[in-house]
Amino acid sequence: MNFIDAHLLSLILFVPALAAVIILFLPAGENKLFRWFALGASLIPLVLSLIAWFRFDANQPGFQFEESYVWYPAIGSSLHLGVDGLSLTMVLLTTLLTPLAILASFSINDRLKPYMMLFLFLEMGMLGVFMALDLLIFFVFWEVGLVPMYFIINQWGSANRNYASLKFLIYTMGGSLGLLLAIQMLGVLFGTYDLVTLYQKWNSLDASSALLGMSVPTVKAIAFWAFAIAFAIKVPIWPFHTWLPDAHTEAPTAGSMLLAGVLLKLGAYGFLRLILPLYPFEAKIFAGALALLATAAIVFGALASYAQTDFKRLVAYSSVNHMGFVVLAIAAAAFASGTLDANIALNGAILQMFNHGLSAAGMFFLVGVIYERTHTRNLEEFGGLFPLVPIYGGILIFTSMASLGLPGLNGFISEFLVVRGSWPILTLYTVISMLGLLFTGAYILKGIKKVLHGPLNEHWAHGEHRLTEINTREILVMVPLMGLILWIGIWPAWILNVINKAVVMLF
Amino acid sequence: MNFPVLSVITFTPIVAGVLILLLPAQRKNEARAVALAAAIFALILSFWVYFHYDQAAAGYQFIEKYDWLPALGISLHFGVDGISTPLVLLTGVVMFTGVLISWGDDDKHVMAGIQDRPREFFAFLFILASGVFGVFVSLDLFMLFFFYEIAVFPMYLLIAIWGWIVTREYAAMKLTLYLFLGSVVSLVGVIVMYWVAGQNTGVYTFDMLEMEKAGFSQTFQNIWFLPVFLGFAVLGGIWPFHNWSPDGHVAAPTAVSMFHAGVLMKLGAFAALRVGIMLLPQGAQTWSWLIMLFAAVAVVYGAYIAFVQMDFKYMVGFSSVSHMGLVMLGFSTLNREGLLGSGVQMFSHGVMTALFFAVVGMIYDRAHTRQIPELGGMSKIMPFAAVGFIIGGLVSMGMPLFSGFIAEFPIFLGVWGRQWLVAVIASISIIITAAYIMRNIRQVFFGEVPEKFEGHLTDITILDKVAITTLCLFMIIIGLFPSFMVPMVQTGVENILRLLGGA
Repeated sequence: MNFIDAHLLSLILFVPALAAVIILFLPAGENKLFRWFALGASLIPLVLSLIAWFRFDANQPGFQFEESYVWYPAIGSSLHLGVDGLSLTMVLLTTLLTPLAILASFSINDRLKPYMMLFLFLEMGMLGVFMALDLLIFFVFWEVGLVPMYFIINQWGSANRNYASLKFLIYTMGGSLGLLLAIQMLGVLFGTYDLVTLYQKWNSLDASSALLGMSVPTVKAIAFWAFAIAFAIKVPIWPFHTWLPDAHTEAPTAGSMLLAGVLLKLGAYGFLRLILPLYPFEAKIFAGALALLATAAIVFGALASYAQTDFKRLVAYSSVNHMGFVVLAIAAAAFASGTLDANIALNGAILQMFNHGLSAAGMFFLVGVIYERTHTRNLEEFGGLFPLVPIYGGILIFTSMASLGLPGLNGFISEFLVVRGSWPILTLYTVISMLGLLFTGAYILKGIKKVLHGPLNEHWAHGEHRLTEINTREILVMVPLMGLILWIGIWPAWILNVINKAVVMLF
Repeated sequence: MNFPVLSVITFTPIVAGVLILLLPAQRKNEARAVALAAAIFALILSFWVYFHYDQAAAGYQFIEKYDWLPALGISLHFGVDGISTPLVLLTGVVMFTGVLISWGDDDKHVMAGIQDRPREFFAFLFILASGVFGVFVSLDLFMLFFFYEIAVFPMYLLIAIWGWIVTREYAAMKLTLYLFLGSVVSLVGVIVMYWVAGQNTGVYTFDMLEMEKAGFSQTFQNIWFLPVFLGFAVLGGIWPFHNWSPDGHVAAPTAVSMFHAGVLMKLGAFAALRVGIMLLPQGAQTWSWLIMLFAAVAVVYGAYIAFVQMDFKYMVGFSSVSHMGLVMLGFSTLNREGLLGSGVQMFSHGVMTALFFAVVGMIYDRAHTRQIPELGGMSKIMPFAAVGFIIGGLVSMGMPLFSGFIAEFPIFLGVWGRQWLVAVIASISIIITAAYIMRNIRQVFFGEVPEKFEGHLTDITILDKVAITTLCLFMIIIGLFPSFMVPMVQTGVENILRLLGGA
């Protein structure tokens, strides 16, 4: 137990990678073995992060479970891990969604060995970003997550996967290029990448001195935008979102679950972990622009979603819509950092990240469930399916309502907090965003209506095309998600307590 | 240290080459076996040197010195430092894997490996290998030059005889003329340095450790740095003198391409560093902006040209121009980070590009085409090669957790220290590289196998797999544990910085 205590985070981080390497050496063709092994392996980080969750002391400021290992001393980078309330929430989300994604993939038979390995490597990449307390390590894991996702989309995706996967890769790498350059600049200036040190040094720079031949404010503004664009693409913030509908739609079900559930959170996390603490001044100046883009994402995301005829694209655009609220809250917090309203908004943002992770993963899975049976995602070809698949219908409605923000379910809590926090700070934008909420209701109801209600499409009622009910395994994927959706909706204090204390201490 | 390990490493290939030539021509497998044995022997010794190099002591180690032509101050002076030790290891690795993938497969009627006169092939290849080892370990300028020419000349025969039939004569001639021209220019510089150093100190010697103290005047260094550096850098594929290199890569047989891109280009870079920068440090400081300009162009332009290639091997060839541009870029910074990155990049790129050419060769030997649009679905036929190529591709893109990142990151840091704009421009190559690597991986290895290949393509041999695994392991180990190589390169960099006057 001592070993586990001392290396809790690195165990969570590296167990998936280790499992992936073991899968490499398992005998070929044993699909059943791959499935159960991958599932078992991904449950270990879940258990460990639950341990971390319960041992975590929310009242203690700073990072906990810190570990530091020598990695690249020549340029001053070390494998420095640690979590606070913000990152621990995200770690929990990641370790929860990965086993569910793997369980959701049990119906995949094509080249299962590399498939499972890629998912486990992906998990490592995502976790690493959330745990990194070293800027270079942050970047390392930021990039590491890209490659498995590229291959997951490219190899197991649907018809237009080549286009979508390359677009995803080039977009995200293009965005992270600025991040890379800005990180290099910080490294050259300070000779260290340790976040805690950088927070202090960067902010205590004398504004009148010159760096690299430019004034400090200029350097900071450039670095701010380099960071902001990289994260904006990942979130994604309108107008950088165009990779998202393609990637999400073409990815296999489990890939979409993790893309929407966790990968988008990496961008928002970047804003919270790096931009707000490192560039409070610049963030405040540009908060208005950020809020404008967030509002655009909320409104246009909802409208675009409403216009879709592809069920999966509809859900994909809904991510743009929902993540817009996260960004709106971040903009509000940047504008009025340290105030009570800002803290409420940030609470909402972080909870919204967690909630969207649950509901988006659930929605993508449910789209996958019906796609697997009907081989179509065209909303026009469904209709009136409720009587055929009552359980599936019930689950779909439940999850959709969470996404819509129905009181009693988790989405309501977080969106309310965001709006409550942003209202006094960015009133106009918040008002417009509320209109976006209206459209959210519209597209969600449209999705439900087109699939479940209306006249029954006879095609799915008889013979070989007869739609089969959701099976036990698939229900098992949904149960934890629905449980958490309901639990947070009814009693959010258990998670908000951790988040709130982190927010108060951080900002 | 009594055992003359460096001379044993240097002369093992050439001795093995002579032994191979003594075998009867029809006994191909014996020739291959002798080659493999010699390669393994050299590899083990280079590992031994690598792990016994004392990083705490730094400086030149395993020193040997024998008089050769004392009247002219020429001696056989061997020794390795933190820069050259990884390169000796690299040469050992590339030699070992090159022999493995040249072994071929007599039974399956695929033209894999070298089937035509393997005896002569291995003999020439090993003469080349001796030359390469010699350059890396020489501390005597004359000897360095001597081995340099030994390494260049066999390329002509190897390409002209065993190369791709379409362009081999053109490419062999072009390559040889280019490189000889470059080395003649350098040679003039070297001889001038010899005379001036002799006049300054009164001792006429080619010993580089002595010449470092020769006290060349600023004007002298300004005049002679460019000819010496660029003359050698031609072999390093520096823009605008890179033109020979993709042609040479493409025309060469697989193992020679591996040697060529993996090791020979490092030879040029290494010699440019050791003779140009280390002996004429002030000249280097004067001209570093020009080198930086050339290198930055090579990085971006090379990547772009690679992007538009339709021929798989040309694609890899131009990617080498781009990546060697990064090495030169690191040199041009003349600071700690940049030089460190270049040292690691030389090893990383050597291993990566050897892997690239090995896989390209495996595909070409079976499909008889390298046109990217005509290929497809190779991962179904040779999954192992596909995985190897993907790993190489990730290294090439500078993905974290692989050696490419470990090398490129400090190079960029170094450039930031000099001129941030160059760092920004050069970083564009990362995106271009990602695009062409990923596009080609998809086109060549995934999708459907074209109909004309159905049924008659075979998987790669077990020896090929050993070669791929060996190369991949280095890239992953350095990526995960930079301390495998970085501290050693650092000791070499400190020495260069000392010569540069702590710049």
